[in-house]
Amino acid sequence: MKFVDEFRAPELIAKAGEEIRRLAVPKRHYRIMEVCGGHTHAIYRFGLKDLLPANVELIHGPGCPVCVLPMGRIDDGLALGAQAGFIFAAFGDMMRVPGTHGSPLEYKARGMDVRIVYSPADALKLARTNPEKHVMFFAIGFETTAPSTALTLMRAKAEGLHNFSVFCNHVTIIPAIRAILDSPDMRLDGFVGPGHVSTVIGCRPYEWIAEDEGKPVVVSGFEPLDILQSIVMLLRQLRKGEAKVENQYKRVVPWEGNRAALRAMAEVFELRPYFEWRGLGFISQSALKIRASYAEWDSEQRFSVPGVRVTDPKAAQCGEVLKGVLKPAQCKLFGCECTPEQPVGALMVSSEGSCAAYYNYDHRKPVTIASAASV
Amino acid sequence: MATPATKIRFSEPQIEMAHGAGGKASRRLVEGLFAPLLYGSNQGPLGDAAHIQINGTRIAMTTDSFVVKPLRFPGGSIGELAINGTVNDLAVSGARAEAIVVTYILEAGLSTEILEAEVRAMGLAAEKAGVLIAGGDTKVVDHGQADQMYITTTGIGRLIPGVDISVPSVRPGDKVLLSGPIGDHGITILLARGDLDLEAELRSDTRSVLPLVQALVCEAGAGVRWMRDPTRGGVATSLNELARDSGHGIVLFEEKIPIRDSVRGACELLGLDPLHIANEGQFLAIVSSEHADSALQALRGAPGGEEAEMIGEVREQPSGAVLVTTLYGGSRLVDMLVGDPLPRIC
Repeated sequence: MKFVDEFRAPELIAKAGEEIRRLAVPKRHYRIMEVCGGHTHAIYRFGLKDLLPANVELIHGPGCPVCVLPMGRIDDGLALGAQAGFIFAAFGDMMRVPGTHGSPLEYKARGMDVRIVYSPADALKLARTNPEKHVMFFAIGFETTAPSTALTLMRAKAEGLHNFSVFCNHVTIIPAIRAILDSPDMRLDGFVGPGHVSTVIGCRPYEWIAEDEGKPVVVSGFEPLDILQSIVMLLRQLRKGEAKVENQYKRVVPWEGNRAALRAMAEVFELRPYFEWRGLGFISQSALKIRASYAEWDSEQRFSVPGVRVTDPKAAQCGEVLKGVLKPAQCKLFGCECTPEQPVGALMVSSEGSCAAYYNYDHRKPVTIASAASV
Repeated sequence: MATPATKIRFSEPQIEMAHGAGGKASRRLVEGLFAPLLYGSNQGPLGDAAHIQINGTRIAMTTDSFVVKPLRFPGGSIGELAINGTVNDLAVSGARAEAIVVTYILEAGLSTEILEAEVRAMGLAAEKAGVLIAGGDTKVVDHGQADQMYITTTGIGRLIPGVDISVPSVRPGDKVLLSGPIGDHGITILLARGDLDLEAELRSDTRSVLPLVQALVCEAGAGVRWMRDPTRGGVATSLNELARDSGHGIVLFEEKIPIRDSVRGACELLGLDPLHIANEGQFLAIVSSEHADSALQALRGAPGGEEAEMIGEVREQPSGAVLVTTLYGGSRLVDMLVGDPLPRIC
């Protein structure tokens, strides 16, 4: 398959692995955070940890939109969606995320009209074909998905489609990275920068990480070779004592980002003064809300939202895992009370959640098998 | 047999879509509720078909329901699936389908034209598979109480001589054979629903696998230890069941697993693992290592088996799990299907 197989070529991957081993100074321990849940997933799915020396440690970052959403927001969304005459539309990733009284899928089994959509435009289509219903799209995601929500809202306004609204949970990546760096228990050497978010925001917004914090950032693609190459680039900078922002994912990410997408976001969204993140707490100016000029299509401005705050189950350590302080398996619930089938926390549900990736691909993997993998 | 005191081991308060998806939740329902109440507790692992003894003759018996949506899709339709599905469940239990009875549940308002087309499709598929349709039953429910039509087929089959497959006979060193490319059916249905603006040249793989099973068995005989058609839940779920039931590990070689580019492409886009996607015309076989090469050649020599591959082997580790290794030395576990990415696939 084009643009995929090239980045999974065994000989190139082997070479990148060798280069990493050559660059990593043996007596030093490297802690590199991959910010994006998509990277976490790829690292486990492709077994990339097997290719890294023990002193190059990957720390999973907060870049999983489903995971960082506090349970109260899910409860609020479900409370709205459960009203008579409503259709609750969301991405498939949301469907098994537990709220206080069950996940959207469980609500569906009890009779709520829940639909999986693959884009906000599909939710708008639902609104057109179900004029007697109100379609509420439960929007989540970083800057990756925010532009498509914005364009959908612009379209709804242009069409004058009034049976459609968005329950907006869009968040922004930079404040989350800042919160991680401000956290006293984190000692990071550098970042594998998010790929998809950067297609929209570009690479400039990361410059402060290099300039002010002195940590290198390499924006990376999602194939095995992309990720390994990004680690090589980070290690090279560290070796030379440099800290700059580099773009490994040039084939997709323009340095300046996507202007049209940013314009659409600016038209529809403004920053919330603050927003609650699971594990990270309240972070100021870290999320998007729908502007007053689109109030008609904003579920929160149009309907009354319970606005519940729910604390995570006490025993679950989602917050620590999200911040990279704990590895998934170090959580007390991991693999026993909390599994992808019966998740306690969202990190076990989302395809981008580090617990799900770790549980599905890695945790029962015997060490000996990894090294004796070939026939 | 169950008494009123018989305890079930199923604690979920209601049935969810996932309980019908063929993955982990289905297994919990079958093992936790159906088996204790209907089946007793001292039975071995549950297979694709039951083998029962009548007047000294062992026969195989199975049943399967079909609720696929849409009814027709590139490469097949519900009627064809309903015959092939039951023929295949018998085939991979080591039996040749002899007779099938059919139940139709029809929604009032269903057009005769649609029904006729599906009944014709069943007739053709039965003829192709060499199986007799011996009887049937029809029920009609109110409009809105079912979605067009559902079909249940129940089949009996004669055991193919010289075949003795069972989970306990599987041992480390055995090889995993796969009859052809995976994921065609699931992805075809997904695209046929038209919810995604994606198109691909792809057809369901629905067919009787009996000729291929016979070719394999004829060559390898008692070297064939276990077979399964990886329908809902895909190859990953079937092999995880085997791993769990046998206590052995299954190691797959990623580069050997045949997958069409269009299926891979759709899976990459949608974040699905082809190993979890349903098939309706493929089967997995565990074959002893000394028979594996000749068995593979026999499969490849049979019509429709050209793309068969040896995709992995049974090892002691990781016990009870399935591990996929890549050419570049990385590896990952694949679990059973969790949840239901694709309801009503068959």
